[in-house]
Amino acid sequence: MMNQIIRVKELKTIFDERVVHDGLNLSVGEGEIYGLLGPSGCGKTTLLREMVMLQEFSDGAIDVLGKGLKNIRSKDAQELRRQWGVLFQAGALFSSLSVEDNIALALREYTQLSESMISEIVAFKINLVGLKPSDASLFPSQISGGMKKKAGLARALCMDPKLLFLDEPTSGLDPISAREFDSLILKLRDMLSLTIVMVSHDLQSIYDTLDKVAIIDNKKIAYEGDLNGVSSSQSEFVKTFFKERI
Amino acid sequence: MDKSKLVISNLEDELFLSFSGELTLYDIAGCQKIIDEAIISAKSVVVDLSDVIFIDTAAAIFIYKLQDSFSSKKINASIKCDSVKINDTLALAAKYKNSSSEIKKIKKTAFVEQIGITFHDYFLAFLSFMEFFGILFATQARDFKNPKNIRFREIAFEINESAIKALGIIALTSFLIGVVIAYQSAFQLKIYGANIFIVDMLGISMLRELAPLITAIVIAGRSGSAFTAQIGAMKITQELDAMRAMGFDPYEFLVLPRIIALMVAMPILIFVSDVMGVFGGMIVASLDLKITPELFLDRFNEVVAAKHFFIGLIKGPFFAFLIASIGIYRGLRVKDDTQSIGFNTTKSVVESIFAVIVCDAVFSIAFTNLGI
Repeated sequence: MMNQIIRVKELKTIFDERVVHDGLNLSVGEGEIYGLLGPSGCGKTTLLREMVMLQEFSDGAIDVLGKGLKNIRSKDAQELRRQWGVLFQAGALFSSLSVEDNIALALREYTQLSESMISEIVAFKINLVGLKPSDASLFPSQISGGMKKKAGLARALCMDPKLLFLDEPTSGLDPISAREFDSLILKLRDMLSLTIVMVSHDLQSIYDTLDKVAIIDNKKIAYEGDLNGVSSSQSEFVKTFFKERI
Repeated sequence: MDKSKLVISNLEDELFLSFSGELTLYDIAGCQKIIDEAIISAKSVVVDLSDVIFIDTAAAIFIYKLQDSFSSKKINASIKCDSVKINDTLALAAKYKNSSSEIKKIKKTAFVEQIGITFHDYFLAFLSFMEFFGILFATQARDFKNPKNIRFREIAFEINESAIKALGIIALTSFLIGVVIAYQSAFQLKIYGANIFIVDMLGISMLRELAPLITAIVIAGRSGSAFTAQIGAMKITQELDAMRAMGFDPYEFLVLPRIIALMVAMPILIFVSDVMGVFGGMIVASLDLKITPELFLDRFNEVVAAKHFFIGLIKGPFFAFLIASIGIYRGLRVKDDTQSIGFNTTKSVVESIFAVIVCDAVFSIAFTNLGI
């Protein structure tokens, strides 16, 4: 039995009067690349934001790395945040800092490492995600969307997290960069033994990278498991989305 | 409309509406008029689309609606059409028209209900402002317990950015206000030959009231609005989310440094404003009232008590706290659209100037009653 990294139990999310999730259950095992899929507006990104404590849920429970997120103590929460990395849809780099400083920020804040050590780690991460060393000194406004995503990924990886959250990592990238990003994610998972949770719409990317998917439809999980079994689901979304593959 | 597209003919009891050519959304308004006039007496209508080459969705919806209106007027209607393509378009219109007509209409609210909603919104806004203060003080308390969390570098940066760089504009504004007040009162004082009293008047009003207010207003317009826009933009680009997800508390990194920086810098700015305002008055006094700078300063020393100066300075941190916290609060309230940056920036300036004036009034009453 694999270790459960994330477990979501009977999750409920209600915005004003709109019910987004109603009794949602899923679990992510160690070392998996886990995909959250579903029609737009079904609450994939909301679920991801709830997992990283950017948003509160109404009822139910989410456990991440063995800690329940409901009423979590701020010290525990802070500890958790150092153990995961998050890549936002548009990168969300700090616009006042250069790429290099963006990646180094957490290292500077959380560790006592020397400046030379930090710059070495940063250079390594920049290489790892496939950016050029000369890009390091550029500011977020000076680089392209794809580079922003790579820099965001490097920043998410800077503390060597066990867990990585990706919000639509390939959206807005050209097909070639998107495939590069996919192979990068696979490579990173193998090299760093990461567990990855991602929201994606990119069918190619889904088939290339994911080990396990959860399809959210109609406020619940319509299907959870590997991609081969996806055709067994009766969800309307599955039928249209995977039309060409099943 | 090309009239030839619709030909109306009567055959016994039946009214024939024969369309031809391309039927698009440019034609339907004209058709409607003609049909409305024609069908008044009709009992049975045949819509003939067999000569139509092309029909767009708007026209299809129009045909569909036409059928509806006929049946509601108890007129027998039938559509004659052979083309598969046109029938498909008509079917498409029928299919999506049904679902689109179910869109909920916005409920009208009664006047009393509207008042209730408005006040409830104000109440919620008040609660969220209180929440902001709660988090602010909790963070502050944590920082005092653990002073190495205080971000001195950011504080220094903000002091330079939002206070030191404002020195020029504050000096200039205060100087001009000093000149204007001295000039206006010189005119009145000359009438009574009470020239020397310009020193008393200018000294007390400038040190005690005007310098703090001018400084606060300039800072609210310049730095308070900048806080809102900066933090609002960071919220839109998800930078705040990224900070939270990385475990950097925005209150510690963004909010407190700005508030502390402004509270530290404000008295300095007020001091500069004092000096420049009195200097402006002194120049007018020597030019207009023939009071030499030496005489002016002698008299100043004699009649303007130090307490006025200190009262002015004391107000600084309070004003600074109001301006910075309202500016930042407004920034955090920005939603995920660009319009709300503009809205909140305006609100932040208006609200902080208002808050400063209210605070000044409270101080004024308190100090007077205390006999200071």
